[in-house]
Amino acid sequence: MTITEYFYLLWNDYTLRTITLGTAVLGAICGMLGSFAVLRKQSLLGDAISHAALPGIALAFLITGAKDSNILLLGALVSGLIGTFWIRGMTKKTHLKSDTALGLVLSLFFGFGMLLLTFIQKQPNANQAGLDKYLFGQAATLVEKDVQLMIIVTAICLFVLLLFWKEFKIMLFDAEYTKTLGFNTRFIDILITFFIVLAICLGLQTVGVVLMSAMLLAPAAAARQWTNSLGTMIFLAALFGIFSGVVGTAISATQNNLSTGPVIVLVAAVFVLFSFIFSPGRGLLFREIRFRKNRRDLQLKKTLQLMYGIAKTHDTISHPHAIKILNNFHGFTIGTLKKLEEKQWISIDGRQWAMTQKGFEEAENLYNQQKPNE
Amino acid sequence: MNSPQIEIQLIAAVVAIACAIPGVFLVLRKMALISDAISHSILPGIVLGFFITHDLNSPLLIVLAALTGVITVILVEAIQKTGLVKEDTAIGLVFPALFSIGVILIAKNANDVHLDVDAVLLGELAFAPFDRLMLFGADVGPKSLWIMGTILLITVMLLLLFFKELKVSTFDAGLSSAMGISPIVMHYGLMSISSITVVGAFDAVGAILVVALMIAPAATAYLLTSDLKKMLLLSIVFGVFAAIGGYWLANILDASISGSMTTVLGFVFLMVYLFAPRKGLISVLYRQKQQRIEVSLITFLLHLNNHNEERERHINHLQEHINWQRVRSKTVLELAQKNNMITISNNIVSLTQKGDNFTTLALEYIITNKDEKIESMKDDFFLFRG
Repeated sequence: MTITEYFYLLWNDYTLRTITLGTAVLGAICGMLGSFAVLRKQSLLGDAISHAALPGIALAFLITGAKDSNILLLGALVSGLIGTFWIRGMTKKTHLKSDTALGLVLSLFFGFGMLLLTFIQKQPNANQAGLDKYLFGQAATLVEKDVQLMIIVTAICLFVLLLFWKEFKIMLFDAEYTKTLGFNTRFIDILITFFIVLAICLGLQTVGVVLMSAMLLAPAAAARQWTNSLGTMIFLAALFGIFSGVVGTAISATQNNLSTGPVIVLVAAVFVLFSFIFSPGRGLLFREIRFRKNRRDLQLKKTLQLMYGIAKTHDTISHPHAIKILNNFHGFTIGTLKKLEEKQWISIDGRQWAMTQKGFEEAENLYNQQKPNE
Repeated sequence: MNSPQIEIQLIAAVVAIACAIPGVFLVLRKMALISDAISHSILPGIVLGFFITHDLNSPLLIVLAALTGVITVILVEAIQKTGLVKEDTAIGLVFPALFSIGVILIAKNANDVHLDVDAVLLGELAFAPFDRLMLFGADVGPKSLWIMGTILLITVMLLLLFFKELKVSTFDAGLSSAMGISPIVMHYGLMSISSITVVGAFDAVGAILVVALMIAPAATAYLLTSDLKKMLLLSIVFGVFAAIGGYWLANILDASISGSMTTVLGFVFLMVYLFAPRKGLISVLYRQKQQRIEVSLITFLLHLNNHNEERERHINHLQEHINWQRVRSKTVLELAQKNNMITISNNIVSLTQKGDNFTTLALEYIITNKDEKIESMKDDFFLFRG
């Protein structure tokens, strides 16, 4: 299948449309909530929770015996929430640090989940096939009902986000201040954590336990590079999430043997890489360019300063001097000399240079920080 | 017990010890999650190594995969250094990307490769004894036992050789570089050992259990002691206990060995987390409750000290003035009375001589905030037993 065929099928093929819509919605909700996770320095919470959800899924199956994805989701949600609050309790009440707490919950819950899964597999009534799709995720198993649920959750999440926008925002940047203003910080905290856990559980079926954390982080980390405003960041992150979902699904659908989850994650990783390098404000490329420009500027000024020192000792500023008397130690090169002439700070005549009035004033004010115009 | 059973337990125990030692340092250095990152991101290394060697137990594959682990650490640090994202975000970005590459590599070549993601992530200890190492035509034992044994031996040797250096650089990086011990060398040394251990252990116990075996014993031990040597010893004990206990649990439930080892680890941790004598949850909560009562008591005594009027010292008034619940006021009153700090007559509370002295000292301490003021009181009063 080629890309054009894919887009043709997108309008006609039910399965493909469902999957694409599902990954797009998932990308949107993950991007939105991921922004909060990243800014709250809870980036790896997603990783821990997605692993911690496994025993919940297994237990829900053991208790109900049904493979209804809503019930399994509920189990995942409960066990994910238990994991989250245990992490919080551990870091608050003991001297274990958050990384240890995250790692503990991640590995211990997951191990317990594996025990339950293998236990289920040995059961005689096992119609469990498909439970392990939660491990690696299979977008192909998405049905319309799942997508509907995702859309509903995303809508609720968006609604709550708008309703509590002010609270979320202030909580994010200054929790202590929020408390002094009389907001119920604990409630806001639990609300946002709840939605993050919910988004993670929704994504498990599609991208799986291991890759869920990237789904949450990558769009937000990419969006962070382009803006300093929370609203724009969330919007951008949702957009990146949607694009990763759609493009990832398209690529994996057009190739043989490519599961959707990893491709989506790699597409999102490309977004991150691109943002890291090319974002105008924070990106590495522009930072390097700014850095170089500053350095060149500094060298220019250094040469000018030396010239100023020489010119000062003469009666007229524009008294010509030999180029020879300048040397490299003062940042002098042919290039800088040309630059200086371009700026009309000096004039060059053959092998001699002379300072202009403009250059003299510039050099005079070089160390004068109170200069009004610059 | 037959011989494969003994061998499985032996492998599990060796893996547990080999993981516990670097795990202690990872937990102390607040880098526990690096083990998680490494355990996932070695996947592409393993896959590439497997394409070259076609043998999951080849030393070359282990070296290649361990190299991927170290590369992960370097990548994470490089991203952190740019300052574009917070440090844990860097971890969360790197390992899923590398893992995805691994998964795609496997998927693209799935037809002619005997390797799947499940095996890497979950491992299967039960099959370990069937892969024997043949030396000069003789059967000398399971391959993975030899591999993990070698890794353990190297780890223990390095630990003994560099114990002092590791200790210093873990607790005070500044001091260690002042003493001429490069924290960077120690850091990358530890990372390399962790990577090698993770790679060596993954096919026996799986990538996730490796994380559990590294972090959980160390964290459990950390709740019980603050002594590095004791912590190392304890985490080895917990690791081995979980390995053997987990094996038998799996036997009973007929479930995955690695899963039940983790479950045992989780159970041990939960018990210690709840009941550890000083740092456990219950003792922390108990201490906090006591401190709250003690602070209430001081507030109460200071209030009495401030007011001579009878109206202010009436029992009912106290309740409305300091704004306490009935139960709490009662507890505090009883506590004060038991310690002969106050006397109550006609529902009017007044300080005794002892209470008066105590309050004066406490006041002085509050004003000056100097410990020596209350030094002498520590033995007399329950309040400052800390």
